[in-house]
Amino acid sequence: MNEFWLILGMTAVTFGVRYPVLALVGQIELPEPVFRALKYVPVAVLTAIVVPAVLMPDDELAISLQNAEMIGAIVAVLVAWRTRSLLWTIVIGMAAFYAWRLLVG
Amino acid sequence: MTQSHTFGSTPMAQTQDYSRRGEFIAGMKATIPLIVGAIPFGIVFGAVAVTGDRPLSPEAAMGMSLFVFAGSAQFIGAGLFAGGVGTALIVFTTFIVNLRHALYSASLAPYMKHLSQKWLLPLGFWLTDETYAVTIGRYTNRDRSPYKHWYHLGSAVLMYTNWQICTLIGVVAGQAVPDDAAEWGLEFAMVVTFIGIIVPLIRTRPMVVAAVVAGLSALLFNGLENQMGLMVASVLGIIAGYVAEQTLPASSQPVETAEEASHE
Repeated sequence: MNEFWLILGMTAVTFGVRYPVLALVGQIELPEPVFRALKYVPVAVLTAIVVPAVLMPDDELAISLQNAEMIGAIVAVLVAWRTRSLLWTIVIGMAAFYAWRLLVG
Repeated sequence: MTQSHTFGSTPMAQTQDYSRRGEFIAGMKATIPLIVGAIPFGIVFGAVAVTGDRPLSPEAAMGMSLFVFAGSAQFIGAGLFAGGVGTALIVFTTFIVNLRHALYSASLAPYMKHLSQKWLLPLGFWLTDETYAVTIGRYTNRDRSPYKHWYHLGSAVLMYTNWQICTLIGVVAGQAVPDDAAEWGLEFAMVVTFIGIIVPLIRTRPMVVAAVVAGLSALLFNGLENQMGLMVASVLGIIAGYVAEQTLPASSQPVETAEEASHE
């Protein structure tokens, strides 16, 4: 029974965060400043996910050559910047990450 | 590196077929690298949830994946449950962990205005970091395809199906899942995919400002509980980008892109 309420509650709040803004914002006209600010959502949120994952893989700042995540990410940024190709960014970034992990691990 | 421009295969560029089916399949394809990252995550969730001293029942672990469908929140929820934390606090924590989804839906909403509830309900339910990341680029792309929501649907359906299968594998395998499965590095696929999505978006100075502020804040606030650091950093990055746009004199000047540079 405990589990039932747990899942019901988690479902309600998760859907309650995801859906209402989507349903309501479409109905009302957004003020221009808000609309402009929303442009920065993808870059801001995804960067905020990626940077700690890369520089703090174990929750502590690890800016070192031992950090394969960091090396892989640097390579991925360079490839993305030079080629603008998602596919190459993923392939070369992953290859660099695993190669470096083998090398230093 | 010059020849590599011929491989310009962003998810949008692959969308040659603007039919419903074409968009749906393109959305699935664009999500594949993110699926790779989610697989170990889902399996480990299923396994961790049903093992240990105070495990969830297999039905409850599956139920979480079926109805809550939120990776980080499910991990934290199962972890707190195992630790004997009460239902109300777990539900509140779930809310905090998922707050960033409100940013995603606000960001997507202007492009989904025309859709009926029949679309908004499932696409809202299926919103994840991954589907948002691949979909927002499709919506903001300048082409006028009327079926971009089918691309969104393709991504969402694939993420959801994959999550259920992986949870099931984890639940069934239970203790047979190696403890270090989360450290095989597959989750790094998400990182490189997000990098491949972000970097081409950073074309103006305010975008640079947004990225730098969000990234540094995320490091600074990483210690905050329940991923509040991620939320704070995101909001600061968004505000910084907007303020930069309003104040930088050269804000309309795009920063030089590699592509432009190579043509010189």
